[in-house]
Amino acid sequence: MLTAENLPRPPYRDYHEWYAAQDTAHLIRKTQDAENIFRRTGITFAVYGHADSSEKLIPFDIIPRIISAREWRKLAQGIEQRVLALNAFLDDIYHKQEIIKAGRIPRELIERNVAFLPEMIGFKPPGGVYTHIVGTDIVRTGEDQFYVLEDNARTPSGVSYMLENRETMMQMFPELFTLNKVQRVEDYPRILRQSLAAVAPPGCKGKPRVAVLTPGIYNSAYYEHSFLADQMGVELVEGSDLRVLDGKVQMRTTRGYEAIDVLYRRVDDDFLDPLTFRADSALGVPGIMDVYRAGNITIANAPGTGISDDKAIYSYMPEIVEFYTGRKALLENVPTWRCSEPDSLKYVLDNIADLVIKEVHGSGGYGMLVGPTATKKERSEFADKLKAKPGNYIAQPTLALSTVPIFVNKGVAPRHVDLRPYVLVSDKVKIIPGGLTRVALKQGSLVVNSSQGGGTKDTWVLED
Amino acid sequence: MLGRTANGLYWMFRYIERAENIARLVDAGLRVSLTRAGSSDEDWHGVLESAGVRAAYSEVHDKMTAADAIDYLLRDRANLSSVMSCIEAGRNNARMVRTALTRETWEATNEAWIDLKARLSRKLKAADLPELIGVIKHRCGLIRGAFHGSMLRNEIYNFARIGTFIERADNTARILDVKYYVLLPSVSQVGSALDNFQWESILRSVSAHRSYGWVYDGEYQAANIADMLILQVQMPRSLAYCYEKIVSNLRYLSEDYGGERLTAHDTADAIRTMLKRGSVTEIMDQGLHEFLEDFVYRNNQLSAEISDGYRFYQ
Repeated sequence: MLTAENLPRPPYRDYHEWYAAQDTAHLIRKTQDAENIFRRTGITFAVYGHADSSEKLIPFDIIPRIISAREWRKLAQGIEQRVLALNAFLDDIYHKQEIIKAGRIPRELIERNVAFLPEMIGFKPPGGVYTHIVGTDIVRTGEDQFYVLEDNARTPSGVSYMLENRETMMQMFPELFTLNKVQRVEDYPRILRQSLAAVAPPGCKGKPRVAVLTPGIYNSAYYEHSFLADQMGVELVEGSDLRVLDGKVQMRTTRGYEAIDVLYRRVDDDFLDPLTFRADSALGVPGIMDVYRAGNITIANAPGTGISDDKAIYSYMPEIVEFYTGRKALLENVPTWRCSEPDSLKYVLDNIADLVIKEVHGSGGYGMLVGPTATKKERSEFADKLKAKPGNYIAQPTLALSTVPIFVNKGVAPRHVDLRPYVLVSDKVKIIPGGLTRVALKQGSLVVNSSQGGGTKDTWVLED
Repeated sequence: MLGRTANGLYWMFRYIERAENIARLVDAGLRVSLTRAGSSDEDWHGVLESAGVRAAYSEVHDKMTAADAIDYLLRDRANLSSVMSCIEAGRNNARMVRTALTRETWEATNEAWIDLKARLSRKLKAADLPELIGVIKHRCGLIRGAFHGSMLRNEIYNFARIGTFIERADNTARILDVKYYVLLPSVSQVGSALDNFQWESILRSVSAHRSYGWVYDGEYQAANIADMLILQVQMPRSLAYCYEKIVSNLRYLSEDYGGERLTAHDTADAIRTMLKRGSVTEIMDQGLHEFLEDFVYRNNQLSAEISDGYRFYQ
């Protein structure tokens, strides 16, 4: 919030002034109010492997993160470029594979990747869109210095928090929204529905019927699934509600079976179709891939997009962006060592205490090592895993991440954050001005994942 | 609407209704133990029987004590009909059908679960029971109120209402059946002190000990009590009232679905006609127990026909 001279950074000026006039005890009460709102509304998530705490609240911080219109424009351009490149990349690897032929990416990295689906080869999804909904994780290291930490093109979650955080802030501090002109995020569900309808299969007549596919109430993101279905005004379905009839995916209603045109699925590829992928999946729809390939349903995001979330692929993103857009990437990648390469592996092992090491297929902050904060024992155990399966890991330097203020009982304290803006792709690209800011609540910590004790806060993009 | 959603609504409201009825039964049981000299822990047999969990109780408890019975009825998660289990099952169903509920209805349900889970997480003290039972009834009342005040009168509403009244009819019939012998004419020609007290406990478990006086204007009489709980259409927990509501909600569904009539419509109509035309003397002559047993069976059958007809499962 403050510059080196201890003055509020320009976007924070009005907020800072407001904050200075507040009474701490009042703000502590507001923090409790916020928690009550979240609890009553049932905005919870499940942490797997904790039987007794099946529903948890994500801690919410009442100080917004504020981004100026100018900073946002720069970010948005970079994100748009990256998302377009990702779609072109996916189209290419499932068709002509020119990037492989050009020698920019090793063939085995694509074709031996577990997230690469041979079933998608030669198939063009309706509208040519692979990643309809993307969340790009971004960190900042200084004034105007942004890095992309990872791309979430498979099933990015957290957008309900972006919306509920805003809703909660507007309920608790309405006066702040007259002091600051904050760009709207509330249109997200409406735009999402439009985007999904815009990529309905060509054979779909009339208004497309859209549904959200959830694994069910025990899934960690169930709240978000029901929230999005509710806000979009579409059905929330489970695999058991669906079956393939007359070449269409249909849902069992009290009046009989009704066809679905666009399925926003929040079920992973593996579980989508027991006839094609994991045979033991009870979450999917037997035969849905046949319907999909026959062009009778749109699946968003398309199966096989998960490959672009792979952290080894991530390390090639600067090449990927340049290859498909013909321009240098506007947003920088964090320098990444691919442990599959012997020189890199040696460097990583020698410098393990200074690096963050991640599994290439991992997500949610699981299975990673944060070198600087790990114990000696943890490091040496991780080094063994690395040596056993080097191709499974990448390493990155710990960046000097910028901090933002959070509210603690004594006032404000700095914490590390990242930012996940949400992008919707159909016949056009829409980036919602805002996103989910995740906070590492522990002092000094760099891990922001909610499954690892991270919190969230509202994210404001100011108008000019 | 998805068949699974109709199923979720139906069971959400069955469980909320059951939770409230179990709280009422415990309330009546407590009342007995407070007002009757020489009452014993054995009295709780009847309460467990009315709740339909006596056999299950005996599997986990060797003895019958008031404390164990109350614990089993209110907070034991191993008992699928305990208030805790019902509130949790009701809330899980609500979570599943959340997109069909108004925010008010969902929040009232979620808050009931949060509050009761906290209150029922500890061993119960006898001194806290009256307040706790009040809170359970209050929470269920809030859910009902939010639902009435905010939901569209459409198929969502109809499935929820049908669930409520199928459950309520079942519960009232069971309460009566457990005590049927104290209402038999041969035993109860003259209301003894013992009868009076038994009868009051029946009325109390359906919250009708005050309204009885308004309807029948006088002393407790066995035939009037049976009449009130079975045939009195003004009494919101009577079998007749429940069937008025079931039939009208099924009719709205049929109209909404282009006049489609299912087996369930015929079954519900037949039960309603039977209750409308019946008299308490006839029922008593035929055998109250046989009548109630038959009713519970037909009520369950209707439930199964509704599930099939509206594709709740497959």
